[in-house]
Amino acid sequence: MIELITTRHNPMIDPSMHVWGWEIPVYLFLGGWVAGSMVISGWFMRRGHTPGEGCVGHMLPWIGLVLLSLGMGALFLDLEHRLYVWRMYLTLQPASPMSWGGWILVLVYPFLALGALASIPGDLLSRWPALARLAERVRDPVTARWLGTANIAVGVALGIYTGILLSSLAARPLWASAALGPLFLVSGLSTGAAFAHVIARDTAEQTTLLRADNVFLVVELALIALFLIGHLTSGEVHANAAALLLGGPYTAVFWVFVVGLGIVLPLAIQSLMAMHRIAHTLVAPVLVMLGGLALRFVIVSAGQYSHWITP
Amino acid sequence: MARLGMVIDTRKCVGCMDCVVACKTENDVPDGFCRDWISQRLQGSMPDLRLTITSERCNHCDTPPCVTCCPTGASHVHHYGKVVLVDHGKCIGCKACLASCPYGARFIHPEGYADKCTFCIHRVEKGELPACVAVCPTHSMTFGDLDDPESEVSRLIASRRHFLLKPDAGTKPRIFYLE
Repeated sequence: MIELITTRHNPMIDPSMHVWGWEIPVYLFLGGWVAGSMVISGWFMRRGHTPGEGCVGHMLPWIGLVLLSLGMGALFLDLEHRLYVWRMYLTLQPASPMSWGGWILVLVYPFLALGALASIPGDLLSRWPALARLAERVRDPVTARWLGTANIAVGVALGIYTGILLSSLAARPLWASAALGPLFLVSGLSTGAAFAHVIARDTAEQTTLLRADNVFLVVELALIALFLIGHLTSGEVHANAAALLLGGPYTAVFWVFVVGLGIVLPLAIQSLMAMHRIAHTLVAPVLVMLGGLALRFVIVSAGQYSHWITP
Repeated sequence: MARLGMVIDTRKCVGCMDCVVACKTENDVPDGFCRDWISQRLQGSMPDLRLTITSERCNHCDTPPCVTCCPTGASHVHHYGKVVLVDHGKCIGCKACLASCPYGARFIHPEGYADKCTFCIHRVEKGELPACVAVCPTHSMTFGDLDDPESEVSRLIASRRHFLLKPDAGTKPRIFYLE
């Protein structure tokens, strides 16, 4: 038995670390959502869907611009020394995933903006000839394929970064997992596909997105299993971290809201929808999106609570 | 280049908190925060109990995760003594360094930047001891160059049984506690 008494009582650190509140989970969720949207819109761009057809792929860059700005707003609110935020863009720290992420966020904007520009009908841009010429160039099939590939690549980088940001902070045992980057990426893809499904007008697109989302949800379940197994088969510190989700204080919220309502139930509903057993419903994709948000809240909160147990 | 570190004799430390008060005074640490603190570990079961008192602070690790995770380079290893410091003018207050420290040694200063023990670098560069070491009434704390085999800290580490805090976190801390 070891009883530890300390005179330290620093805010945000004691009695257990809680440096990140709602802002970071919301930022990670929105970042993942944008990442998923970029991959999906990139896929549609590569397949040659042209603007004016009402293709969902052409709506996503606009929504991505709004979501990314909201996410960066949440990130800004989390900073404690806000007036110095410009310092982040005077350097690239190779060992810091947060530094890489800051630059990836800057890269995301132009690719989203080009995708958005391509979706504007030519006559609306007649007053800005330079923009109209650029939009025309982006709509060129060869350029559109290139832009689609770039959107997929940047989207994957953004999605993985949201997980690696946490997993690089090895002092928090729950986050110290290589599965966290792929998990957050696939969760972002799932959220993006669910949202695209909600706003899609075309039945064929809805079906494609539905099936893609089902694949993402199955992969997400597998990654969650790997994440937990990886911790359980590591040392005592990591097993204790996993125990936070397996009997500990985060068990109910994780299994009910993230796994049950966020993955398993919508997967079951969407599988029935894909087999045409039930009509299309927005319940399942909305549950998927809420599950993605719950995943970020649980992992960020439980990860901060996890710690090295050795005295 | 020197590699500064500290050796603390737990047999001499009585937990008087002089080191804590000296640090707060010397470094103008704001109310409600501390850069160093006292911990008491009660180990064993009745009647075989052992109480260990430790004066703790940033361990100025050899592989500091707070430095590698910093997105602006504000957290850095100082050229003098390889002391881990924070450049307040570069810190954006993202708190990644707080999350990366297994010791919970950092905090956010009310002005918004990450703050922690500096080994009193402003005194050390003038040839003085850190404030906590200078005031310790039982002389339980020794400060010096860990790379110099002739230094008092190296001699103590070589001659006495000692332990590190959370060695399995892999950060290679530079504060050694004599048993």
